[in-house]
Parts: sequence; structure tokens; C-alpha cells
Amino acid sequence: MSNIATAGNKGKGVRSDCFVTLELTKSNGLEIKLESKVKTLYGKSILDDINKVLKFFGIKNAKIYVEDSGALSFIIIARIEAAIRQLMKTEKEYLPPLLKENTTATGRDRSRVSRLYLPGNTPSLMLNAGIHKPDGLILDLEDAVATAKKDEARYLVRNALIHLNFYGAERMVRINQGERGLKDLEFLVPHNVNLILLPKCEEADQLKKMDKKVQELRKKFKVKNPVWFMPIIESAKGVLNAYSIATASENVVAMAIGLEDYTADLGAKRTQEATESFFARSMVVNACRAAGIQPIDSVFSDVSDMEGLKQNVLKSKALGFDGMGCIHPRQIRVLHEYFAPDAIEIEKAKKIVLAFHEATKKGLGVVSLGTKMIDPPVVKRAQKSIDTAVAVGKLTKDWMEIEIDKATETSAKNN
Amino acid sequence: MKFVKNAIGRLVPTEVNGEKQVPYKGIGKHKPSGRKAAPLIVSAADFPRDGNKLQPTLKYALKKAGLKNGMTISTHHHFRNGDLVAQQIFDIAHEMGVKNLRWLPSASFECHSSLIKYLEDGTIHHIEGSMNGALGKFTSEGKMKGIGILRSHGGRYQSIQDGEVHIDIAVIAAPTADPFGNATGDRGPAACGLLGFALADSQYADKVIVVTDNLIPFPCIPWQIHGNYVDYVVNVDKIGIPEKIVSGTTEVTKSPDRLLLAEWTVRFCDEAGIIREGFSFQAGAGGTALSIGIYFAEILRERKMKARWARGGSNKYLVKMMEDGLLDYILDGQTFDLEGVRSMRENPNHVNTSPFTSYNYHGKGNFASMVDVVILGATEVDVNFNANVVSHSDGYLLHGIGGWQNCLFSKCTILPVPLFRDRIPVVRDECTTICGPGELIDVIVTERGIAINPLRKDLIKTMKNSKLPIKTIQQLKAEAELICGKPQNPEVTKNPVAIIKWVDGTVIDTVWKLKL
Repeated sequence: MSNIATAGNKGKGVRSDCFVTLELTKSNGLEIKLESKVKTLYGKSILDDINKVLKFFGIKNAKIYVEDSGALSFIIIARIEAAIRQLMKTEKEYLPPLLKENTTATGRDRSRVSRLYLPGNTPSLMLNAGIHKPDGLILDLEDAVATAKKDEARYLVRNALIHLNFYGAERMVRINQGERGLKDLEFLVPHNVNLILLPKCEEADQLKKMDKKVQELRKKFKVKNPVWFMPIIESAKGVLNAYSIATASENVVAMAIGLEDYTADLGAKRTQEATESFFARSMVVNACRAAGIQPIDSVFSDVSDMEGLKQNVLKSKALGFDGMGCIHPRQIRVLHEYFAPDAIEIEKAKKIVLAFHEATKKGLGVVSLGTKMIDPPVVKRAQKSIDTAVAVGKLTKDWMEIEIDKATETSAKNN
Repeated sequence: MKFVKNAIGRLVPTEVNGEKQVPYKGIGKHKPSGRKAAPLIVSAADFPRDGNKLQPTLKYALKKAGLKNGMTISTHHHFRNGDLVAQQIFDIAHEMGVKNLRWLPSASFECHSSLIKYLEDGTIHHIEGSMNGALGKFTSEGKMKGIGILRSHGGRYQSIQDGEVHIDIAVIAAPTADPFGNATGDRGPAACGLLGFALADSQYADKVIVVTDNLIPFPCIPWQIHGNYVDYVVNVDKIGIPEKIVSGTTEVTKSPDRLLLAEWTVRFCDEAGIIREGFSFQAGAGGTALSIGIYFAEILRERKMKARWARGGSNKYLVKMMEDGLLDYILDGQTFDLEGVRSMRENPNHVNTSPFTSYNYHGKGNFASMVDVVILGATEVDVNFNANVVSHSDGYLLHGIGGWQNCLFSKCTILPVPLFRDRIPVVRDECTTICGPGELIDVIVTERGIAINPLRKDLIKTMKNSKLPIKTIQQLKAEAELICGKPQNPEVTKNPVAIIKWVDGTVIDTVWKLKL
């Protein structure tokens, strides 16, 4: 084992992060060097954090050099811990204070129209992500983190789950594939993660393994909140096994498709028209619907093309998807706007819900609209459309009263 | 040195650089009486009848103007970071062994950092205007011989008019001029739009030198500066670097956080009823402000409405708005890009204005107070809505006031600012330096909530049912501290390095030398 370790990022363009160089020494006590662009205002606080973490791990002799670009406390301590844990074996964890907001559970059926990917080792992108109001925020430990940085990212993501305000977004993490991914869970499950994304999912077994580990951890750490799963299908094999994956655990609430890897696996080029992925997308939608979970589409990667994104969303919705991934906050609103029902859908839904309301009031068992009978699932879907429309501001909350008033007025006039 | 606490609770010196100072008394409380300062009486008999005032070199002209120890030399920031003239003036002064000059730029930029050597060797005694970048750092560390004075664009006009500042020699860099001294900024290789910041100087300085790199035969039309005020004209190779004249802040932001600020600001204006047929606005440079202008245009287009006038800094977006028929007039203080320059040259509705029409405290009113809404920035805002634009929270002086103070007088002043920048809270208990009193600042828009000044009961009432995240300023401050931690204050000494003037010439705050 070397006696020097580093963690974090520095250099041009790096903000809200710090780079820690730690050397464990045999004598001479602690030698702390701090360089920070916010030293005048937070120098004392940073030194305090450094001392606390070193003391917590019982380190009495060390040289530590922190180059800070305005990192918040929970980031600084994650970086120091990441350096320490490379040099010593310990089960101890130095955790930031738990935000009350981060103890909430999420429901199985909550809206998952938008989920924003955030690189798990880039603090500056995390801080304000929640204010853009995605349904879910994904701290990504997989593709967005360089191999050499994957260990240190775990501490950062763990601390973010504890102390970063998600502003109501579902707290999601995409773990790594295979064994590394299972190890990732130890940093997440005890700290109130709401949903785990499992990448490159090809068979039900992968999910079952993960589920087993998650349930063990939940038991060990007495986690009461559910931990949901969203497997991501990214290969031909995954597509063909979609239904068995979707039903591999009762904790699977949604399933996504990742088209970049999938098209590569097919050996086809990813095109704007997306003919090459029609089968896969449709397969995922069908598998999800059959399993009673939410089908979620791939991300749209051109962040400057808002019109392209809109067309993509409309296609996605037409195929039956409930939502999509986002790689930039500006995409979130487009998703919410166009996955939501349009004016014609809303009008139709209003009629159905009103008819249901009337029928219930009159004590009728059967709902009808004109001469047509309406089945309960149709009412349920209409109600969902209405809820979404209200949520995105396309419909006011008191729409029903307004409609009833209107109807009363009209009939009064006619009388 | 004696200090008193002024009406906003800040300790300010009663005398600076040997001149008596009036502490800030409150908004509109200081009203000097008597007659304004007057320029020298001159006689046309002393000037060439053929109108040819050309001098061979700038040095020759400065000598002729009587450059000597202790004089006040004024320059202007029309060329922003591309200015090549100010440096030459002080090179010449240094060569001539002249000392203790007072430099009165309308603003300083990073390109003026090279003047530090003249501040060190005593050629320049102190700066009155703005101390940006390296000059700000130099000043904050207490290295300037005299005490710096920061004024707004309007305050500069006020100080010249009420005799607080007397300019011995004004050097006006002009993109185009004729030998009589008529000058314009709207054309020529170093075209910058207009020369409004030099207007007062041309009228009140003892000697006025026009320096150009585009000398044309009489008459120079339009004449933004009148040759009748000008003593000497100098023709040189190059007065400015064009690409640095229109630099920096003219691109729309791509930052999602800033776009959110812009969006909320515009929604706020809309819900508050500010965006309506015939309204007026000012949105300065800077990514967020530009986006706000674009959103205004979208709303106007959608509703088939028109704004009556906008105050510049103009840029391509504002110009497009006017050319698309969404805006009748641009009353421009400075042009931020070449499209602005072109429009001013070609479009009679794009009018060049000056701090006299827009900002001057000693005018019979001014345009800035007539604007329906103004969007400004700030480095810090305190819980009383007082704000800072000149220093950073670490105590370093880094920016000028510009027209910021003057713009606060608009009907609604909105500051869209991030709640924190790199861990440093923007909304805080107390500003490091107060540049503008909270009474004039109506709304703070941050990405985590919007605070309305409690004095604006009307706005609070209008916005009562808004879906925008309206919070109190205390809530915002608490939120910032929760995220960033409570900051320490910078350690300062008891020695002032600069004072901040309010628009009426009183002292609103002091910048203290940092403990290093």
C-alpha cells in the first residue's frame, strides 16, 4: 500500500470541488496546507472540516494538501475520506448531517416523466440540479465517471444523498455493472436512495442478485423506505428478455431503454427517424405494460436542438412511453410539456371524468358518454391525463367546478 | 482622519485627499444650492480662423494644454477593454516628469492595469472613477497614494457640474473627427457607437484634446462632440482595438441556472403587469440580462404589443427588437456590439444619449427614473435590500459603479442574482460595501426564490397568488447560509482606500484597506 493518496478534481474550469493530497507519516503530527479561492470567507471552516475528518479516522501524523475551488463542506469531507480510505482499511464512515428532506420515500407510481443524469464525480453540476424540477435526479456512478475516479465518486454520491437538496426530485443513482455495482449499493442503500438504475441489464438474474443485496442491506441498516429499481435495457439480449427483467422483482417500478449501446449492439446506425430501434422500444413498452410498470425512453443527446427534442418526445409518447432521460436541465420542461396530454386529449379526458362524476353522484354503476359505455380503465387513464395536465399547469385545479358552473349556467339560460 | 456614521449606518471619512466630504443623508436629501460650475471664458480670437486645430503629436498637445503637477486628467471608457489612449497620456506625463495627477476615467478596465507603475512612482496620485481588476486589487491592498473615489456615470456629471471636480485636461478618444474637433463614435475603424461619457468633460474642462485615428475633412457629421468646445485635435495611427471595444458580455447565456433567473424575472414582470403596450425597460449587458430582453421580445411578439422605449447598452438583440417593430426607440448610453453601432448610425430611432439626459442629479429630471423596469446585477445584497456592485465579499474592490446607482431610480428595480457563487452567499446579513440603498431595490430574483422589498406593498399584493417561489429576503439569506455555511468577514484595517459616492455627491460607504 502506497502512503500517498489523492482525491477530487482541480484545474481550469473546475468549480465547487477540491483536490486532496494526503500522505500518512510516522511522526511530526499534522501538517495542513490549504489553498482556496474562498479562503477569506471559509478558510476557518475548511480547516475545521479537515481536522475533524482526520481526527475521526484517528490520523495523528499526516501531510494533507487541499486545493479548493469553492467546494461545500459535504464535498470537502467526501474528498478527504476518499483519500483516507485508499490508505487505511476501516469500516468507519464520516457523514455530513442528514437533511430532513432527504429521508422521504417515493411511491411506486409517482411520475417519472423526466430524470436528469448528473455525473457522480462532478459536484458543480449537482448543486443546482434540483431547482430545475426534474421528476428524478440520477447521480451517475457508471459511464459519466472515469474508471480511475469510480471509488472516490462513491463517497461524493453518498454524501450528496445525505446532504444535497434534491428539491423534491426522486433520489436516483445509476450503479456500475457487475460486482462493482453490487459494492456501490453499500454506499447508497443505507442513505435513503429512492431508486437504483441498473445499466446493461440483459437477464432477470442480474436484477435478482441486486435485489438480494439491497434487501440484505435494508435489513442490516434498518431501512424502512422502499428502494425501487429501474433496469436499463441496452442490448439485443436485454430486449428479448425484457418481460422477464420487468417482472424479476416486485421492486421494479420502471424500465428504460438505452439506445446508444443498443444500436451499437445491433450494428446499426442510430438515426433521427429511429427505425432501427422501433422494435426494441416497442418491446420495452409492451413488456412494461404487461408487467404494470413505467416504460421510459432513451435520452436525446443534442442539447441545443429543442425542436428535435420535442419531435422525439412526441414520437416517444406515441409509442407508449411515460418518460425520458435528460442530460441537460433545459430539456426537462420540453419533456413535461409534450409528454403531458395536449388540448384535444384534455378535452376528452374532462368529458370522461365529468361523466364518471355524474354517474357516481346519481349512484349509477355504469358510466356512459353519449351512447358509449365507458370502462373503468378508460376513466382511470382519463383521470391520469387530467392529473398530469393540472401538474404542468395546462389545467386549473378547480376545472371541474368551473365546468359544472358552466353547464348549470347554460341550462339556466336554456330554461 | 475623522469619520462619521452616515444615514445608512456606514462609517465614512469627512475629508478625502484634502477635500471636505458630505456624508450620505438619505435619498433626495442633499440638495446643494447656488450656481453650477462654469467653464473658462474663451475667445474665438485665440483659435485659428480656418478651424484647423491639428497638433503634430499627443505630447505636443498635452504640453500646449499646460500639463503639470497635480492636474486632473479625464479619459473615457467608450473603448472599454480596447483603449489605447489613456496609457499614452500617462506615458507622456511620466516622460515629462509630471507628478501627482488625478486620473478621472469614466471607467477603468483590465487594459489599464499597466498604469499601476505610474500609481507606484507617483505620476498618478489617485483615481476617481472606477478601479477594476488589477487596479482594484492594488487599491484594496492600500498601495495607491491617494484615496480612490468611485462615482456612478451620473455622479461623474454631477461632480463636474456642482464643482466638486474640476477637469484641467480632457482627452477624448474619437473614432472619427475633423480638424475643428467635431467628433463622432458611430463610424471609423474604432467605432464604438457614441461618446456620451465625454460630454460633460468637453463642456467643462479647461482644455479639451480630441484624439482620433480617422481624421476626415470638416464637417464631421454627426457631431456627437462639438468642435466649439475643443482646443486641439491629434491624429494618430490607432486609438483602440476594435475586437476589444465590443467584447465579453454580448452573448446570451447557455447556463441553465441563469436562464432560469431570466425566465423568472420575465414571468415576474409579466404577472406584476409591467409588460404592457407602451412600456419601457432597461436590461444591461451580461448573459442573464440579454436573455431577459429576448424573452420580453417573445412576449411582445406573441401578444402583438410594442414597447415604447428601451435604454441601452444596446446590443444585437435590442436592435433586432426595434427592427422587428417590437420597440419604438432605443435611448442608448453605450453600444455593446457592432450591430448596436450600425443601428445607431443608420436608424434615427436609435438615439445617442449621455449621462446628462439619463442620469445627472443636477438635471431637471432624468430618463433613468422614467423607466418602467430595470434589470441589474450585484455582487451582494443584504437583508435590507442594500446592494453592492463594487467589491467582492473578500473585501477586494473589483468593479465600477457604472450607471447602476442611477438606474435604481426606475419604477421597478429587479436584481436577478444567484443565491451563491462558488460557495459565497450573495444574499447576506450585511454588504461588504453598500453602493445602493435598499429603498430603491424592489425585487431580488434568485434560483431558489424571489424576494420582494416589504416597502413595495403593491407588488406584494399583486404577486400574492403567484406560482413563482416568493420568499422573504431573510428566508433567502438563511437558505444561502444553510447551503454554504456562515461566512467569516474579511479582515480590514481602519484605513480607507476608497470611498463610494452616492448619485448626489455624498459619501455612502468606505472601502477599507485589507489586512494582508
